[in-house]
Amino acid sequence: MDLTWYLALSAVLFSIGVLGVLLRRNAIIVFLSIELMLNAVNLSLVGFSQGFGDVHGQILVFFVMSVAAAEAAVGLAIVIAMFRNTLTLNIDEINLFRG
Amino acid sequence: MLETFLFFVFAVLSVVGALGMLISRSPVAAALWMVQVMLAIACLYLTLNAAFIGVVQVLVYAGAIMVLFLFVIMLLNLEDMPSVGGIDWRKVVAGVLGVAVLAQLLALVVVRFGAIPDAPSAEEAVAATDVPYLGVALLTEHAFTLQIVGVLLLAATIGAVVLAKKRFV
Repeated sequence: MDLTWYLALSAVLFSIGVLGVLLRRNAIIVFLSIELMLNAVNLSLVGFSQGFGDVHGQILVFFVMSVAAAEAAVGLAIVIAMFRNTLTLNIDEINLFRG
Repeated sequence: MLETFLFFVFAVLSVVGALGMLISRSPVAAALWMVQVMLAIACLYLTLNAAFIGVVQVLVYAGAIMVLFLFVIMLLNLEDMPSVGGIDWRKVVAGVLGVAVLAQLLALVVVRFGAIPDAPSAEEAVAATDVPYLGVALLTEHAFTLQIVGVLLLAATIGAVVLAKKRFV
């Protein structure tokens, strides 16, 4: 199977993630889209790892997954704190820093 | 032949799941679509002979992270989002930007990405990225990074508890 197909699939998934961040107004959906983008990049890294026969691509994927787990924990805690204070998850209505 | 067939099956499954996540109104449905994407990507890792990463993908993403998402969604007891309204200028700009990103990435991949210079054969690549080599590289060359990731996960756990505590702000 040609590596180009895997890279193209990764590009498509990444673009869907970008569209999710730009189009949706719900904080949880935006967060899920970020996870989708991380997964798309991981897919291309594993593809390159196979293409070059180099194990370091998979090690980078391993560390990306660890950081994504930490990011999900902290991000969801922020979502809970945000919902407790504003009773909404619409990111248009959360504009505390707007002057 | 079988490899090609499996690639397209799981590619379609992952793209359909991602689009379902993009257009679903309920956050729970979005999270479940995302589980499908994660599992499809894990199967794609298996077609790339990356068994370890595929298993970790199922355990960490489909298992831990998505369950965490579902816990939070159900804890917050959200109602469905209002149906998507008409097209305003912001959605048009978002759509144009998304398509522009896709076009750039595909142009980079399909047009500019040539053959890899002195690429190893498939058998050599499978042998060089086998799980024992992954473990040796992780625990020798990248041992310090592994320790730092441990500290990062500890800090994230403490931070999550502090942030989600009552009366934080």
